[in-house]
Amino acid sequence: MPENFEPKILAFFCNWCTYTAADLAGVSRMKYEPTTRVVRVMCSGRVDPQFVLDAFAHGADGVLIGGCHPGDCHYVEGNYKLLRRFRMLRRLVASLGIEPERLRMEWISASEGERLQKVVNEMTAQIKLLGPLELPERFREWDTELHEETFDKEREVVASGQ
Amino acid sequence: MGNKPKIAFYWCSSCGGCEESLVDMAEAIVELSTQIEIVLWPVAADFKKKDIEAMADGEIVATMLNGAIRTSEQEEMARLLRRKSQILIAYGSCAYTGGIPGLSNQFPREQLLKYVYHDAPSVVNPEGQDPQTEFHDAGRVATLPIFSEVVRSLDQVVDVDYYIPGCAPNPELVLDAIHALLSGNLPSKGTVLAPDIALCEHCPRLKTKPADIAIDEFKRPHQHLIDPNVCMLVQGFACLGPATRSGCGGACLKANMPCTGCFGPMSNVRDQGAKALCALASIVAGTTNEEIDSALDGIPDPVGTFYRYGLAKSMLRRKVNMEPTLSK
Ligand code: SF4
Ligand code: FES
Repeated sequence: MPENFEPKILAFFCNWCTYTAADLAGVSRMKYEPTTRVVRVMCSGRVDPQFVLDAFAHGADGVLIGGCHPGDCHYVEGNYKLLRRFRMLRRLVASLGIEPERLRMEWISASEGERLQKVVNEMTAQIKLLGPLELPERFREWDTELHEETFDKEREVVASGQ
Repeated sequence: MGNKPKIAFYWCSSCGGCEESLVDMAEAIVELSTQIEIVLWPVAADFKKKDIEAMADGEIVATMLNGAIRTSEQEEMARLLRRKSQILIAYGSCAYTGGIPGLSNQFPREQLLKYVYHDAPSVVNPEGQDPQTEFHDAGRVATLPIFSEVVRSLDQVVDVDYYIPGCAPNPELVLDAIHALLSGNLPSKGTVLAPDIALCEHCPRLKTKPADIAIDEFKRPHQHLIDPNVCMLVQGFACLGPATRSGCGGACLKANMPCTGCFGPMSNVRDQGAKALCALASIVAGTTNEEIDSALDGIPDPVGTFYRYGLAKSMLRRKVNMEPTLSK
């Protein structure tokens, strides 16, 4: 593993709870690991499993999804929908060789800035132990067995987008 | 014969079902043969690779290639046919998204070879021989193609113009495609030549599918009696109809089996398995990990369920933590 490995964690935070918690952590000047790139979504139920796989395929070492506590979702049960997908998706990525710890889901309400700080720090430490995932690099290595350049447009984007 | 449009059919890593689907066109293919000139069709006609090599680039109007790309020979043929064809069509699930052969992207190459040549119960190999890419005997050399680490869809190797989905495609879709080719009435490049709508919308059981379903147990089709008139999901069978493109005529549902997704996703989906997982997991009953997990236990093999035909073309492409041992 590279010496100074800084994990890249793509975070999907629900607008009404976890994103506000991140805001609170910010204005309260709480320090936490600078490892997350946050995408604000209107509800954790908006997180499509495709987003998660796409993040890994583009070089994320971990994906963190934050939503409102059960019962608090502004769209009533978006977070339950996410929870169900998440339980299945964890099994799926594990069978495809991605450690399930790289995918995490947390309920963090708007007032829980400290919890956000703790979750990000914890997850960063965990991924540091696991090491980098480096899927774009692996894709390129797999394709060295091809005999000419490939034409896969999507992978060209993956290769140049990181 | 001279002026008829030249068409080629070719096969790579496939089961033969796609060839069957061409033959299933029955009289239609006989009629077609007066309008087209078939220049390559290994299953039925004796043309050789050198016949294709002798052609000018772009001389073939269209090639329909079925099967995934697994060996160096398949890769070479795919590149050759790409060069010689104006239009290259990925024919069937394997060429389109990797298909069933793509499921072997869960295992390292060495493990597959070991099983197939040594450990499988039906193997007789007393000398423990392994296939070699080169064999020398009395000054002569016999060669075999390289068996690659990764199974690929056709468009992961060469540029593809159109896709005909299905395991195997149904004859009506193929005929429509050939007629579109002959009339020059083609949609924009990259189009999947099948309706861009979910199978559910064309399913006779749709009227029994309520807006809200809560599945508390996924059942496996071989362990239960299936009501032939009620939506599979309502009965607890993992039907991929909500996340699968229509166009198959609902063949599996007519045979009282749930859809397994061979037509691939709709055009707004980039990862078939992730979308199918999303569709099915979202309607599981329960609000706690325990309740949800117990329902999901009925899907013991998520890769085989959601990516039965789509693993090679998925965003992760294969099991990601196998260290390749490249044979080049
Ligand atoms: S889920 Fe399956 S059985 Fe139900 S309506 Fe859709 S295709 Fe038909
Ligand atoms: S609005 Fe926050 S999880 Fe739905």
